[in-house]
Amino acid sequence: MSGPFVSLVMRDLRLASRSGGSAALALAFFALVATLVPLGVGANLNLLARIAGGVLWVGAVLAALLSLDRLYQGDFDDGSLDLIALSPLSLEQVALAKLLAHWFSTGLPLTLLSPLLALLFGLPGPGTWALFVSLLIGTPAVSAVGAIGASLTLSLKRGGLILPLIILPLLAPAVIFGAGAVTAALDHLSNGALGLLSAFAAAAVLLSPFAAAACVRLNLAG
Amino acid sequence: MIVSLTAEKLTCVRGDRPIFADLSFQVAAGEALVVEGANGAGKTSLLRLIAGFLTPASGGLVLNTDQGAITDGEERGRHIGWLGHHDAVKPQMDVGEQLEFFARLYGANGDVKPALERVGIARQRELPCRYLSAGQKKRLGLARLLMSGRGLWLLDEPFAALDTAGRALAADLMRAHCATGGMVIAATHDPLGLEARSLKLEAA
Amino acid sequence: MFRYANPAVFMRLSGVLLPWVSGAAAILLAVGLWSSFHVPPDYQQGMTVTIMFVHVPAAIVAEAAYGAIAVASLFSLVWRHPLADTAARAAAPLGAVFTALGLVTGSLWGRPMWGAYWVWDARLTSFLLLLFLYLGYMALWNAIEDEARAARAAAILALVGAVNLPIIKFSVDWWNTLHQGESIVSGQIASVFLLPLGLMAFGYMLLFAALWMVRIRTEIVNRRARSLMQRAG
Repeated sequence: MSGPFVSLVMRDLRLASRSGGSAALALAFFALVATLVPLGVGANLNLLARIAGGVLWVGAVLAALLSLDRLYQGDFDDGSLDLIALSPLSLEQVALAKLLAHWFSTGLPLTLLSPLLALLFGLPGPGTWALFVSLLIGTPAVSAVGAIGASLTLSLKRGGLILPLIILPLLAPAVIFGAGAVTAALDHLSNGALGLLSAFAAAAVLLSPFAAAACVRLNLAG
Repeated sequence: MIVSLTAEKLTCVRGDRPIFADLSFQVAAGEALVVEGANGAGKTSLLRLIAGFLTPASGGLVLNTDQGAITDGEERGRHIGWLGHHDAVKPQMDVGEQLEFFARLYGANGDVKPALERVGIARQRELPCRYLSAGQKKRLGLARLLMSGRGLWLLDEPFAALDTAGRALAADLMRAHCATGGMVIAATHDPLGLEARSLKLEAA
Repeated sequence: MFRYANPAVFMRLSGVLLPWVSGAAAILLAVGLWSSFHVPPDYQQGMTVTIMFVHVPAAIVAEAAYGAIAVASLFSLVWRHPLADTAARAAAPLGAVFTALGLVTGSLWGRPMWGAYWVWDARLTSFLLLLFLYLGYMALWNAIEDEARAARAAAILALVGAVNLPIIKFSVDWWNTLHQGESIVSGQIASVFLLPLGLMAFGYMLLFAALWMVRIRTEIVNRRARSLMQRAG
């Protein structure tokens, strides 16, 4: 199955890198949030370093949400999803492929950009490292939970409006543990945040394809 | 290889609305079946039912293959080549890219060039799909059918958007597919242009 | 059990039960409220402890309602019950209102306790998130026009939410200890408070049950009226 699976991931990545590039848009959005916050709260670097973990985590989650509504909707609207559903891949495999493609095109680039934005917030080295690692672990969970939301709203013309309302409360644990890891690093504590975040991410990535496949099945019948 | 498709007393309900009831038919390999009926009679629903996207409210569908009988909808889908009434074409991708992706997705390892030549869009191979006309997109859809290697073709309005030459091409492809032991089920208002059985749907 | 899931049977059964359930809810709430005002003042909180009797039951029902939605959704997905969809949909606005009630009473309680209407107390915070879960669930129901499809999508969301809810609660508690938050109910509840609290909790649950039945009945009647009109047209 690896041939069809890989080809689907590569095709989604290719689409993300073109078409106004959802990947580039997410990065720009993330950087803009990081720029606006200091303009709002003031340039006190001590304060900014304290809030950097939370602000950048929230910014990353919002940035990843931007492109989520198109995850299934584009393929649903133009009939590609019918063809993909008839491929040798099961719908669960399709959902996993799309999840991976979304993470490679948004979660991973956002993670790679985060140390640079941490610099703007005066986040010390250990904090930056914790932010980077927590985003690396946590953004797959964002893609996974987001993929469920995307599959639920795939037939909606304006699914992008309702998607954040559905997804964001479910992502509270990711933000809490992710930002918690940064706080712990700043205070030189160990609070197990990264472990909890890993567990949350693992559960989300494991369960998401099943929920998303169920939603896709339901919508193909429509 | 597929042998035959048997539908027994199929009933289709969408929401609370009955679409058709007690529909029985059989198609053998090498045969074409034209599904006719007024708008809303359930032609597309029948195709989606055969494809396994919809489950019948009652009745059964069996696809007999040389490997045995298949009753599961998703398993049946692995034998189906689909040409829906949406074009399933990404404007950002090249014609060649699009077809190569599809071939790999379906596990067909082979050059896409013969298929593109067969449907008459080989010259457009490097062209982004956003510049294709509706008829050329339909031809790309036909090329996908050729690449799919699937035995049972389900075609929803295969002639829509095609010019006279395109219609003749589509009919030729269907005839050739049947001649090599394939099966074609097409929903259309137009004459198919080849020998075919007909199934008339009437609203339940 | 499936016999009762038939809308006609449900209409008959709930028609008999409804007056009793509503009556019992009214009596329990009246007695509960009366006894709430006749407890001795708490040695720490004074008479503000009275708010507990409207706050805690609201919080219990708010969570139980989400559980009810999840169970109904499971029935809808696995056994394809039309009544389960109706029941899940009918429970959501009720759950949201009880959650909102829990939040409002909680913040009114917080004012004399902490000197602020909103403190990021672990329970209040998870209830705020629960409110958003309800809103998202209702929004999804309303956004999808095809009713059967909306029902199944909402059911999937409800189950995903039900799996996630304990994790959210856990993460908020964890976050709260990290930031040294405060809690409204700390330590043991004095035994004099247990009777009014119990009465009120039962009263709230019966009230919820009665309202839920009314909403399901309304939806069934609406659906019949709609199909009659469609047929006439």
